[in-house]
Amino acid sequence: MPDLLIELFSEEIPARMQARAAEDLKRLMTDSLVEAGLTYAGAAAFSTPRRLALTVQGLLAASPTTREERKGPKLGAPEGAIEGFLRGAGVTRDALELRDEKKGQVYFATITRPGRPATEIVAVELEKLIRSFPWPKSMRWGAGSLRWVRPLHSILCILTDDAGTVQVVDLDVDGIRADNMTEGHRFMGAGRFAVSSFDDYRAKLRRDHVMLDAAERAEQIWQEAGNLAFASGYEMVEDSGLLAEVAGLVEWPVVLMGRIDEAFLDLPTEVLQTSMRTHQKFFSVKNPKTGRIERFVTVANVETPDHGGTILAGNQKVLTARLSDAKFFWENDLQAVRGRGLEGMAEGLTSVTFHNRLGSQAERVARIAALAREIAPLVGADADLAAEAARVCKADLQSEMVGEFPELQGLMGRYYAAAAGLPAEVAAACEEHYKPLGPGDAVPSAPVSVAVALADKIDTLTGFWAIDEKPTGSKDPYALRRAALGVIRLVLGNGLRVSLADLLVSADSQLCEAIKTGELVPEDASPEYNSLLAFLHDRLKVHLRDEGIRHDVIDACLAMPGNDDLTLLVHRARALSDFLKTDDGENLLQGFKRANNILTQAEAKDGVEYSYGADVKFAETDAERALFAALDAAEPAIAAALKSEDFAAAMTAMAGLRAPIDAFFQAVQVNAESAVIRRNRLNLLSSIRHICLHAADLTRIEG
Amino acid sequence: MTQDTVRPRSFQEIILRLQTYWAAQGCAMMQPYDMEVGAGTFHPATTLRSLGSKPWAAAYVQPSRRPKDGRYGENPNRLQHYYQYQVLIKPSPPNLQDLYLGSLRAIGIDMALHDIRFVEDDWESPTLGAWGLGWEVWCDGMEVSQFTYFQQVGGHDCAPVSGELTYGLERLAMYVLGIDHVMDMPFNDPAAPIPLSYGDVFRQTEEEYSRWNFDVANTDVLLRHFEEAEAECEAILSQDPIDPRTGRRIVMAHPAYDQCIKASHLFNLLDARGVISVTERQAYIGRVRALARKCADAFVQTEAGGAT
Repeated sequence: MPDLLIELFSEEIPARMQARAAEDLKRLMTDSLVEAGLTYAGAAAFSTPRRLALTVQGLLAASPTTREERKGPKLGAPEGAIEGFLRGAGVTRDALELRDEKKGQVYFATITRPGRPATEIVAVELEKLIRSFPWPKSMRWGAGSLRWVRPLHSILCILTDDAGTVQVVDLDVDGIRADNMTEGHRFMGAGRFAVSSFDDYRAKLRRDHVMLDAAERAEQIWQEAGNLAFASGYEMVEDSGLLAEVAGLVEWPVVLMGRIDEAFLDLPTEVLQTSMRTHQKFFSVKNPKTGRIERFVTVANVETPDHGGTILAGNQKVLTARLSDAKFFWENDLQAVRGRGLEGMAEGLTSVTFHNRLGSQAERVARIAALAREIAPLVGADADLAAEAARVCKADLQSEMVGEFPELQGLMGRYYAAAAGLPAEVAAACEEHYKPLGPGDAVPSAPVSVAVALADKIDTLTGFWAIDEKPTGSKDPYALRRAALGVIRLVLGNGLRVSLADLLVSADSQLCEAIKTGELVPEDASPEYNSLLAFLHDRLKVHLRDEGIRHDVIDACLAMPGNDDLTLLVHRARALSDFLKTDDGENLLQGFKRANNILTQAEAKDGVEYSYGADVKFAETDAERALFAALDAAEPAIAAALKSEDFAAAMTAMAGLRAPIDAFFQAVQVNAESAVIRRNRLNLLSSIRHICLHAADLTRIEG
Repeated sequence: MTQDTVRPRSFQEIILRLQTYWAAQGCAMMQPYDMEVGAGTFHPATTLRSLGSKPWAAAYVQPSRRPKDGRYGENPNRLQHYYQYQVLIKPSPPNLQDLYLGSLRAIGIDMALHDIRFVEDDWESPTLGAWGLGWEVWCDGMEVSQFTYFQQVGGHDCAPVSGELTYGLERLAMYVLGIDHVMDMPFNDPAAPIPLSYGDVFRQTEEEYSRWNFDVANTDVLLRHFEEAEAECEAILSQDPIDPRTGRRIVMAHPAYDQCIKASHLFNLLDARGVISVTERQAYIGRVRALARKCADAFVQTEAGGAT
């Protein structure tokens, strides 16, 4: 069975797209081969800056011939119907066959599709794939209309059979003719060469200084970098994202280590790292004795007679220029905060627009500060400190350093707050109030940080809600879902007992206040905190789903009072979820539903509500009397547990009702002949409903 | 040929070698455009000629102004007035990368010793309504050129696609010549009877313009000029294509585009003066872009723009 080798050779493919493109090439090509009837034994895809490659082993040499039987019209059907059938099946009249069916004779057609050779199928499918390849961004070049990520230069496409005979697939895509040729490294290769199989391809590429496998390049980089660092008594700072990127920038990695000028070693570690990483794609190398970043590792794409001396000197020079800038910003910023304080730095925020309908950053900061002050006592923070932290938490947006490196926002705030002599809680809040940034990011726990973080996110949410910029579908340009999840995780992670509705109203009234004083346009006001609370509840459902709590369980708890207290809500939901997973819980739910159904039907039929207390004196059976007793015992137990917010205890008390309810339904006919007894039994069911609904709205549970 | 292996000795020698190289590749050696522009792309030989179906190949030096980057001649790398070397070939030839690498060899960069890399960098000019895909080219970690395949200019799809190469001449030359401060770079041959450094030529002007750009330029006047350029551009384009004097069809794409260039530079000056707020910025850029689009619309109706 032949092996297939494809290489799409182009100008430099952006590093960030390579892995995904190789993956897509493999998936889409093998899928379409299988679809066309060509099964295979194995496949692997590779990428370098200039090529995507795919090897498929053990491909069928041809697709199998297939037969399909199709049932047509009856004998004697109108001529038009028969002709239509012939057209659809692609057969002639004499190929039809008449068969006896229950209702008479019917025409049958057998459609035979002959197998096609693999070369033909590959040619068709590869062309389709090239023309529709899912690049995140593609382009045209020259005078053609073909699109690729960058100009596509050549296509290698061969089938090699077991005897080693090579067949070039006959394919021409906009003038690019497939052949068995490729080339190696741009500067260290020896021109174009022919290949006869994947192994031959891989070996010849290596000879011409191309390491085909990105994982191998990454491994080599990391290993050599580690060796270089270790040999000088240093250690590498891990950065898997950068490693993957750098492996996509070279075909032949050559690792070089250089020194950071002494003058820059006082810069904050994060500044050094960020500057080297974003601009130069350098790895940071740490001196374990001093804990400082003192060296860098850069990865070149070429071996040189001077062992990289020229390359390293050039890189060092660029780094020095970059770090001179960073140092200049750092020193200017320090001087500014020492002179004017961080609040002085924050003054510039008055001229920075947050959103043209929500005012300036300074106005936003004022709102956050007022809100943080209000939240502070609820989270155990000092109100003055929280307000102070909020007033300076965005100041670093005005610093030169953050202007140059936006990703350092917050972090620089912490450094500058410390430099300005502000309390440690305030400095911490400058950094932590942005958190949690994503589902995996840690939730801050320092009270001042929590107060400001909550205020920041709630102001964002109420603001964009007020101007009706809510997320729709996949569009969430202001990251409001992330802000909502942030609020949820801050509350739950710290076990906070706050009424979100109160906070939303308060944040909203601040906005309205701003509107009154003319800072916002009047029509922008729309206090919609109810829909905002519903949005938060939606995000909570998504969050808890990941924890394995079903949406109907949350709905059952959301229907209870106090649902804007997320901590309480989640305690209830967890307890209910656990309860429903037990045997007692499952059966109690069924008993409750049965009681509720009977009751609802009776109420609909009789046009009355059965809520008047049932009386044990009308009980006729032991099962009935036992249920009375059980309900009498459970009601105060459940009430007490709920009062102390011990939902697990409330559920346990409910569990005690399961057996008496089951026994009741087994022994007793609710719709008794005596109207008095029937009414009494319905009232008894009503107290089951009444008691159970105290814990959660079980009517919302599915199943 | 031997010249390639000898390192150039001055800023001007690098320019001369680039000129010789690209002339040998068949490019028309254009001269700088005689207006203040922010980058070589603004030259009509690039912006307008990248539009329409007619083949084109041009190379030129373009003095460029970025008022905000002025540092009074003190910063080793930043200047408010600097030079770009620009090459535009339409349709982009299949060996454009090789041609480009040849130009680096021509100015003395030895590929056996240096690490040349094409690093993703998608180019976009919001003021010109233009974008393209390509790379910044790195030499030993230093960005030495921008390499772009134009996809759209002035809101028009480019067909055929032009390949654009832009060299930041000072930075490139400093690297090739091994100079740390731009003002120390030899402008002409250091062995000439009167050797001049870059600083001899430009230190004073950098100082003068920095002061004017940042603190003195009359913003009311600039603002008025901006409005006037905008109005004039639109007035030119609203003329009847048939010239009443000659009776010929004369669409005035270039005169209109001059006004667009003016508006763009005036905006840069206003920006440097710090009188444009963040929100206004977008609005101004949008206004210049609207002019660029109209000029592009006009150009494609002309003969040079491929209209028949």
